Amino acid sequence: MRLKYVMSEVLVGLWRNVTMTIAMIITMTVSLTLLGSSVVLYWQVNDMRNVYYQQIEVSIFLKVSDTTQAQKDAIEADLNADQQPGGLVDHWQFETKQQAYDNFKVIFAAVPELTELTKPESLPESYRVKLRDPNNFDAFKDKYQKFIGDGGVQRIIDQKALVDQVFSVLGSLQKLALIIAIVQGVAALMLVINTIQVAAYSKRREVAVMKLVGASNWFIQAPFVLEAVAAGMIGAILAYGTLVLAKIYVFDGALSSLNKIITPVAWSHIHLMLPLLAAAGALISSVTGWIALRFYIKV
Amino acid sequence: MIALEHVTKTYPKAQRPSLNDVSVAIDKGEFVFFIGPSGSGKSTIVKLLLREIQPTKGKIHVNGREVSHMRGWRIPNFRRSIGCVFQDFRLLPNRTAYENVAFALEVIGKTQAVARRVVPEVLELVGLGGKEHRYPQELSGGEQQRVAVARAFVNRPLILLADEPTGNLDPDTSIEIMRLLDRINRTGTTVVMVTHDSNIVNQMRRRVVEIEGGKIVRDQPRGVYG
Repeated sequence: MRLKYVMSEVLVGLWRNVTMTIAMIITMTVSLTLLGSSVVLYWQVNDMRNVYYQQIEVSIFLKVSDTTQAQKDAIEADLNADQQPGGLVDHWQFETKQQAYDNFKVIFAAVPELTELTKPESLPESYRVKLRDPNNFDAFKDKYQKFIGDGGVQRIIDQKALVDQVFSVLGSLQKLALIIAIVQGVAALMLVINTIQVAAYSKRREVAVMKLVGASNWFIQAPFVLEAVAAGMIGAILAYGTLVLAKIYVFDGALSSLNKIITPVAWSHIHLMLPLLAAAGALISSVTGWIALRFYIKV
Repeated sequence: MIALEHVTKTYPKAQRPSLNDVSVAIDKGEFVFFIGPSGSGKSTIVKLLLREIQPTKGKIHVNGREVSHMRGWRIPNFRRSIGCVFQDFRLLPNRTAYENVAFALEVIGKTQAVARRVVPEVLELVGLGGKEHRYPQELSGGEQQRVAVARAFVNRPLILLADEPTGNLDPDTSIEIMRLLDRINRTGTTVVMVTHDSNIVNQMRRRVVEIEGGKIVRDQPRGVYG
């Protein structure tokens, strides 16, 4: 009976104030969609970072000409020493001028003029070094710095620095989504407060009688709070739907050609958003609703 | 049953206290009038007894409980032992007489089955048998107040508080309401009534506590209005 009473009060309440309810649902949806995208993006960046870091190499470019076998032997001796357990290097390989040229042709296949003009002799030999921990580049560079110049090394390049630039862009996108989500969230909170106060005002007679005859506080407040929670949950479901559509039409659709650069967004991440956003929506609206009521309905 | 011990209530920003060191004891089953001019502090007593407000100083015991320091979450349960009637009836306009009374039961967790059994009984008691399905605006003032009394009494409270219950009623109707309160008092319910209706007080010849300027100036068994 009590449950039935509370539920019917919730439905009546949502319907009585339908424009406000819709506004509340829309702001909730936008806010939760952005929150969801922000979380998905955060996971995505982490995933991509792992994938990229596994492929990241440090390149030791030798001078294009004038490197002696003795110089190479010295470098290789150090690399081999570092490959021992506890060292910096996981594995390494030597890239000849011809291999460099083959790679060059693949990378610049779209610019035939460039590949035609370039000769294998004009490309440097290099050591491709895979570090045990890609974050240890600085230690590695400190150690191999001595080969630059007289040691026959032109320069030492860390691919991680390039990749990090990409991630910093993605990171700021994610922060932006989070900030908009918070701003929208504040708007949603204010709408929740307003909606609940309007609802409490339109039922002030009932509330007065309930307080008089000794209805428990939760019983008086539950219908109002549940109204807000219902709106929050509907908002969460719509936000989840938006994310599903974004996955289908944007990531798997428009952006699918970039699949080599952007790792695909996993469905499991999207699906995880439903309980997460529902919990966030319900929590935000119930806490706000409850606090708003404490000011409005004094015992 | 009810005891005020040296109760002082000063509202925020007020120059002088509404109640000033008031002590009064009311036994179980008594019928007490609190009388006095407007602003004398008699309505403050009702609010204190309902724990709508807290005293500035002093202690208030109701039904063996110290009310003034009661924790907020205990208040609803405490109020279930007190029925309350007001000058303005406070009925819900979109509910029938039956629904108004049943509402008081439903919101404290009683089932509809209980309501179906108890509500017609109490409406019969207050003399509204046959008018259960009328809405408040279809009832006279006296009948509306009867619904309010039924709602206050349906939970069989130990105490019935009546704040100017005849204030909006003509003299004949007032007397009918007083007969009803008298009948409820005879069932053992303590009745505390705040009023400035001298006719009623003089006719009933019950205990009269007169308040003026926040002080008790008279406490007389079987008293008259002054």
